[in-house]
Amino acid sequence: MGDFTKTLTDDNFEIEILNSDKPALVDFWAEWCGPCIALGPTVDSIAEEYDGKAVVGKVNVDHHPTIAAKYSIRSIPSLLIFSNGKVEEQLIGAVSKEEITSIIDRLL
Amino acid sequence: MERKVIIIGSGPAGLTSAIYTARANLEPLVFEGLQPGGQLTITTDVENFPGFPEGVTGPELMDLLRKQAQKFGAETHFANVEKVDISQKPFKVWAGGEEYKTQSVIIATGASARLLGMESESKLMGFGVSACATCDGFFYKDKKVLVVGGGDTALEEAVYLTRFASSVSIVHRRDELRGSKIMQDRVMKHPKIDVLWNSVIDEFVGESKGVGLTGVKLKNTKSGEISTVECDGVFIAIGHKPNSDLFTNQIKLDDMGYVKTQPDSSKTSVEGVFASGDIQDTVYKQAVTAAGSGCMAALDAERYLESLES
Ligand SMILES: Cc1cc2nc3c(=O)[nH]c(=O)nc-3n(C[C@H](O)[C@H](O)[C@H](O)COP(=O)(O)OP(=O)(O)OC[C@H]3O[C@@H](n4cnc5c(N)ncnc54)[C@H](O)[C@@H]3O)c2cc1C
Repeated sequence: MGDFTKTLTDDNFEIEILNSDKPALVDFWAEWCGPCIALGPTVDSIAEEYDGKAVVGKVNVDHHPTIAAKYSIRSIPSLLIFSNGKVEEQLIGAVSKEEITSIIDRLL
Repeated sequence: MERKVIIIGSGPAGLTSAIYTARANLEPLVFEGLQPGGQLTITTDVENFPGFPEGVTGPELMDLLRKQAQKFGAETHFANVEKVDISQKPFKVWAGGEEYKTQSVIIATGASARLLGMESESKLMGFGVSACATCDGFFYKDKKVLVVGGGDTALEEAVYLTRFASSVSIVHRRDELRGSKIMQDRVMKHPKIDVLWNSVIDEFVGESKGVGLTGVKLKNTKSGEISTVECDGVFIAIGHKPNSDLFTNQIKLDDMGYVKTQPDSSKTSVEGVFASGDIQDTVYKQAVTAAGSGCMAALDAERYLESLES
């Protein structure tokens, strides 16, 4: 995982994402999910580029199924984009970097 | 800068073309697309790729192929090709918002899961409707799911899903399955699997926000009768379609959308454009045949580039 991407857990999800005053991108993934592994570098590169402007984190659904259940995740990779603690957008499956950043840019 | 060869796609075909053209010092540029590593990245064990007696997972195998290509100097970009112009030389390829020029192109864009094409299906995609059992099966622990299809992929997905789901019903339009005998036996004997014969999905029921899919309306293909079946998930496994939209009207495709290649070669209807893998294969569609045809395309491209110089 990239240096700029936060590992989200049951304990820090609220502080890092819900209470953040910046837009937050959350990637739900798992080790056994090929398309998630493929999307990983894209998410990491967004984390680096948007460092200081947006928060980027990943939830491992194996380790934290409760967060996945709370947001009714039924398919991974799933990207949720939060603003002020609320889900603004959800992207499912393989998506391009531009698709993700265009949403973050809109929320900045 | 004008490239010698651009490869579109990073499945077994594209990456094998990359290994060969890189070793021939053609400095290939590979656009990986939205599915880096291709279709095998959504499967678990690959047991029939030569050289792996213990089997290998799809993502691992594709990682190894990519490393092998990079080792010889292939450049790989995580970008999707948005447009090509192969009507004149040099060819032009647009990816990630930039324009690239190249003397030759290898098309290795493979295939994607075919969907039923209903509005209710696309609305609930990811909210109970899925085209990837290995990605999403995990979310259906002790849930009731349906699998649509009757070929080997559908039967394999059904068996795989029994690891999680409480029951799996196969929705099949005919009164017999198409898959191999061995898979049919496994399915028919499985205590968690049943088959809904002569049935097609008429509509997916549910809301994308909140509850997600709650069931489907099934139509009986014999009587036309509609019935409602409650379920938590539906996995679509009705085959694949070639990813050839980029090339419509620029290159010869067959009725199904496969790129046409000349017999015993990877040459397409446009000189300097080659095709390999599932995008041009209406018969075999295996990782090793895709890799084999990736090698053919690389050698054909190499010869073509040599002919330009002489
Ligand atoms: C679930 C499943 C299990 C399978 N199991 C096996 C198995 O056990 N053994 C076996 O031999 N075969 C198996 N297959 C079949 C095998 O995966 C395919 O035959 C093989 O992957 C085809 O390779 P390919 O390189 O032609 O295309 P693909 O693997 O389909 O790759 C296509 C590539 O093109 C890229 N692409 C598409 N459009 C664009 C674009 N516009 N711009 C840039 N890139 C683009 C994609 O991102 C992808 O990287 C399986 C397939 C599936 C779906």
